[in-house]
Amino acid sequence: MGNDQTGSALNNRLLALQTLVIGGGIAGITTAVELAEAGKQVVLIEKEKYLGGNVSSFNNYFPKLCPPACGLEINYSRIRSNSRITYYTGASVLSICGSDGDFRVNIAVEPRLINNNCTSCGLCAEVCPEVRPLKLGRKVGEKAAYIPHGLAFPMKYSIDPLVCKGEACGKCLEVCEYDAIQLNAAAAEVEIQVGKIVVAAGWTLYDAARLENYSYQEEADVVTNLEFEQMLAACTRDKTKLTRPSDGMTPRRIAFVQCAGSRDVNHLSYCSSVCCSASLKHALTLESNYPEIRSEIFYIDMRLSGRNEKLLKEVEGKERITLSKGKVGRIIRGEGKDVLVLEVEDILQGVRREDDFDLVVLAMGLTPNHIKAELKVNEYGFYLPEQVAGIVPAATSKGPMDVSSAVKDATASALKSMHR
Amino acid sequence: MTVEGKNNMALALCTGCGIGKSIDAEQLTGTVRESYEGIPCLHHKALCSEAGLQELHSFAQTREVNRLAVAACSPRVKEAEFSMEGIYVDRVNLREQVAWVMEPGEEDTQMCAEDQCLMVLAKLDSIKDNTAYVPEELFSDVLVVGGGIAGISAALEGAAAGYRIHLVEKSSQLGGYAGRIHRTPYNKIDLSARIQEVMEHPRVEVYLETIIESISGEPGSFSVAVRNSATPALQVGSVVSTTGWSPYDPGKLSSLAYGSSRVKTLEEFEKSVQIETPPNRVLFVLCAGSRDADHLSYCSSYCCGAALKQALYIRELNPAAEVYIVYRDIRTPGFQEEFYKEVQADEAVFMTKGVIGSVSDKGHEVEVVVAESLLDEQQITLTADLVVLATGMVPNSTADLKLQYRLGEGLPEIEYDFSDSHFICFPYETRRTGIYAAGTQRAPMDMEMSQEDGAGAMMKAIQCIESVSRGEAVHPRAGDMTYPELYMERCTDCKRCTEECPFGSYDETEKGTPLPNPSRCRRCGICVGSCPERVIGFSDYSINSVSAMIKAAHVPDEFEEKPRVLVFVCENDAYPALDAAGIHKLKFSPYVRIIPVRCLGSVNKVWISDALSHGYDGILQIGCKPGDDYQCHFIHGSELTEQRGENLQETLETMMLEPERIQTRFVEITEHHEIQEIINDYVEELELIGPNPFKDM
Repeated sequence: MGNDQTGSALNNRLLALQTLVIGGGIAGITTAVELAEAGKQVVLIEKEKYLGGNVSSFNNYFPKLCPPACGLEINYSRIRSNSRITYYTGASVLSICGSDGDFRVNIAVEPRLINNNCTSCGLCAEVCPEVRPLKLGRKVGEKAAYIPHGLAFPMKYSIDPLVCKGEACGKCLEVCEYDAIQLNAAAAEVEIQVGKIVVAAGWTLYDAARLENYSYQEEADVVTNLEFEQMLAACTRDKTKLTRPSDGMTPRRIAFVQCAGSRDVNHLSYCSSVCCSASLKHALTLESNYPEIRSEIFYIDMRLSGRNEKLLKEVEGKERITLSKGKVGRIIRGEGKDVLVLEVEDILQGVRREDDFDLVVLAMGLTPNHIKAELKVNEYGFYLPEQVAGIVPAATSKGPMDVSSAVKDATASALKSMHR
Repeated sequence: MTVEGKNNMALALCTGCGIGKSIDAEQLTGTVRESYEGIPCLHHKALCSEAGLQELHSFAQTREVNRLAVAACSPRVKEAEFSMEGIYVDRVNLREQVAWVMEPGEEDTQMCAEDQCLMVLAKLDSIKDNTAYVPEELFSDVLVVGGGIAGISAALEGAAAGYRIHLVEKSSQLGGYAGRIHRTPYNKIDLSARIQEVMEHPRVEVYLETIIESISGEPGSFSVAVRNSATPALQVGSVVSTTGWSPYDPGKLSSLAYGSSRVKTLEEFEKSVQIETPPNRVLFVLCAGSRDADHLSYCSSYCCGAALKQALYIRELNPAAEVYIVYRDIRTPGFQEEFYKEVQADEAVFMTKGVIGSVSDKGHEVEVVVAESLLDEQQITLTADLVVLATGMVPNSTADLKLQYRLGEGLPEIEYDFSDSHFICFPYETRRTGIYAAGTQRAPMDMEMSQEDGAGAMMKAIQCIESVSRGEAVHPRAGDMTYPELYMERCTDCKRCTEECPFGSYDETEKGTPLPNPSRCRRCGICVGSCPERVIGFSDYSINSVSAMIKAAHVPDEFEEKPRVLVFVCENDAYPALDAAGIHKLKFSPYVRIIPVRCLGSVNKVWISDALSHGYDGILQIGCKPGDDYQCHFIHGSELTEQRGENLQETLETMMLEPERIQTRFVEITEHHEIQEIINDYVEELELIGPNPFKDM
C-alpha cells in the first residue's frame, strides 16, 4: 500500500537504493508509478499539500475535452495499492549532495497541521470560521481547514497556516474526534538517501503583471488562461454559471490574447506550445455550455501539432467563435463603460481596430520551476536534459509542453533513471 | 491475495465519521447475525485510529479471521490501514455512500446499510482462493521492431537499464527515415554515433534485413519467429513496436502539379540536395496534404521544421538562391522558435501566409498562385524553378508484427490509423498487452520526440516484464493478481469472449474453443459479461460472487412500498463520482443497493435476471463515456453495454416487464451532481412504473 507520509511524525530516516522523484504533478506521479510498477522503491515529494500539480485544478484536457481527474484517479489508485511508493506533501528540497548511486537529499516538510489520524470527516472545515482567499470563479471560499475538492489526493484535510488563527480560535480542536489536529506542529527536516533523482518540478505561468499594456493588475476582468481554466473548473464542480470577476455578470464577449509574453524577445522568446490548444479548448467549452457567449481569439500562428489540429477543425464550423490573426497591442477600460477595449492590429484585414469585450483571457506562457540545487540550465532557464550522472530532469522542467507530451516524457525519464 | 483453508468471515463496523449517528450499530450486527449465525462482529468508534486498528488486529487474530468485511469509509481511503497480511479484506462503503447521503436514523437508511453489509459478506462467502498466474517460462529480453530513431533509442535505453534487447530491422541498415536524410535539423541528434553504439552494445542483438514471421504467446513469454535462417525463434517478455511512417502519397496531390519534374516532395528534395545543387528559386508549399479533410486531417508536426531546415541547405549550397515558403501557420513549438527566427533573419528567405490557389508547370518554371495572402494584393502569383511539397506523415501498418492473435496480426488503430489508446494520460499503451507503440506509428512527431518515445515505450515494456513475473496485472488494474478462469466443460464455443475481449487475450482453436492467455488480460471482466454460459470468472469477481451479492439484499414485499434499485457502478469513474457526491453530502435515495463492477462491460445478463427474479424493481448501470473520445479504461466496455442492452430488452419482454426497468447512464468522473440526479430521477421514474410483479414469487 502506498506509504502516506503526509501527516505523520517524521524521523530522519535513511532509505537506500531508491529513486527520488521531485514534484507530484502529472509528470512526477507518472514517473513514480511507472518506476514502482517496474519494481523500484520510490520516494515522491510534492511541495503542495495535495498531489496532482497544476492539472488537478484544470477543467479539461485537449484535444478530447475530458476531465483530468479521470486519469489522475487511476494514478492515485496505483499509488494507493503500491507499497513501493512513499510520498510526502508540503515537501521541498533543501539540498542535494553526493553522486550517482549515493545521493543524500535534505527535504523540508511543512506540517499539514492535521496528522494522519484524519479520517476526512470534514467536521473541522464545518466549524472553521476562517476562509482562504477567494479564488476566481468560486462562489464560496475554502475554509482554512480544507480539501481542495472531492477527488483530491490524499483524501485528508490540511490547514492553511496563512489563514488559520491557531489555538486562539481552536474551534477545530474542539470538534475533531480523532486527535488529528496539531496546530502547533513544526516543520520537519528529513534526510533521505537515494540512488537516482528525477526532477519533475513543473511550471509556473509567466507573470502577467509584466505585460503592462494588458492591464492585468488594474483590471479584474483581465485574467490569465490558468485562472480562466480554474473558473471553468469551479463551474463544473459546483454546477454554477461562469461570471466575470468584477461584477458577477455573465460575460457575452470573451477575448483570448495569444502569445501573451511568449514569442516575444522582451519576455519569453520561445513558444510555450500549449496556449493555442488551450484557448481553442476554452472557446469550445464555452461554445457547448454557453449559447450566449461569443469568443474571439487573437493569434499570430495557430500552433496545433498532430491530433490537436482537430480543435481547429471543430472551431471552424462554430458561429460563435472567431479567429483573428492579429496582435493585441493594448487593453484598456472603455471610457465610462463596463467593457474592456482591445487595440488590435488585424493582420488579415490589414487594419488597426478597437473592439469591446466583457472579459479578456491572456494566453500566458509557461516558465520552469526550480529546485534548490545547482542544475544546468539553458538560456531560458529550463533544465538541460544532460545533468550530472544520476539526475534526470523530466517534462516541463526541460521545456514547455502539453500534458500528453509531459506524460510521455515522464515515462521516458523513469527509464533514464534506471541506467546502471 | 492468497487465502487458504477454512473460510472464517467477520465484520468490523466503524461508527465514526457520522456512521454511528446515521445507523444503529447493534441493530445492524443483529441483522447480520440472523444471516450468518455466530459471525464475529466488532464495532469501534474510530476503526482506523491506532486503538481501533489494534483492536481490529487482535480481534482478527483471536478469531482466526481470513475474510473480513470492513464496514466504514470508502475503499478509496485508508487502504493501507485496512489491509491485513493473510486476510482478504473487502470494504462496505457505509460512510460516503450511506451515512453521508441518506437521512440519519431513518429505517430506510438502516436497511440500506444492513443490505450493503450482507452483500459484501455474501461476496466474501462465495469467492475462491487465488494463486497468482505466472507463465511457465518467463523471459526478460525485449523485442524492438523497427530500427529507426525510436527503435534505436528504445534498444539503447533498455540495454542501459540492464535488459537484453533484440532489435529487428527489415532493411539493410539502421536509422530508418532519419538515416536517409542530409542532416538532422535544429536538434543535435548524432545518428551515426547512435547507430554505432547500438551495433556495438553487448546487450543489444541487431538483426538487419530481418522480417518477423510471427509473434505468439503472451507477456512474459512471447515467441518470435523471424525470416532469417541463422536465427532460431527469439524468446522475449515484451515488445516495443516502432514501425515508423511513410510520406503521404504525393500521387494524390496532382492538384499541386506533382508528377512534374519541377515538383518534388520534402523527401525527394532531401535526397536530391545530397547529389545536386539546388536551383535559384525554390518554393515550399507547406501542409501539402496535411490539415486537409480530403487528405490528412491532422497536422504532421515535422514538416514546418523540415522545410525551414531545407531552406537553410539551399542557401548554404547555392548562396544565390531565393527561397519562398507559403504557409498556413508556421508551427515551431517550444525552442524551435529560435530556429524559425534564424531562418526568418535570412533576407533571401521569403515567408508568406496563404492558401495555394494553383500550382502549374509552365515548361521553364512553375507558377504558384497564392490566395488569401497577407500581402497588399490578396492574390499573388509566384514563380519558381522548383516547388517542394511538404507532404505529411502516414503511419506504417503494424500488420508486420504478424501477431498470431485471434483478433488480427497488427495493433488496433484509432482515428487517423495511429495505433494507440489513451494517448493523453497513458501513452504507449496499445490494446495488445505487453506490446507498446513508440514513435511515428502512434502519433506524428519529429526526431527528438521519437527518441524520447522509444525510451518511454521501453520503460513500459520493462515494467510489463517485471509485473508479469510477480503475477500482477499491468495498467490500469496494476497489481491485480486475479485472472480469468474458464470452466471449459460448459463452454459452447460461441466465441463471444474471444471476440469481445478488447485486448485480444483469447486465442481460439479451429473449433472456436477459447484459449486464454492470462498475462495478456487486463482484468476488466468483459469476458465475464460476454459469456452466455457463465463459465468465466475471477477468484473474487465471478458470476456466483455477484449473484450472491444481489440475492443477499432483503427485498420487502410490494405492500411495504419500499422499492429496491440495484445499481451497478463502474469502479473507474462512476464510483469515485459517487464518493464525491458523498463528500459534498448530496443526498440520494436509500432504496438503492450498490455493486461496484470492474467495467460495465463485465455485467452479465444473468445478474440482471437474478435481480429481477429476486424482486428488485429496477436496475441502473452507471459507467464511463463511450464513443470516439471514450473514457472507458477498457476501451469499449460501455459500448458493449449499450449493444447488449438490446438483448436485455428482449429478456424483459419475455418476462413481461417494462423496458424502463433497466437503464444505462454514462458519467464523467467530475459529475457528482449529475450522478445524484441520475439516481434520484431513476428511483422517481420507477415509483411511477410500480413494483416488480416478480416480488414474492
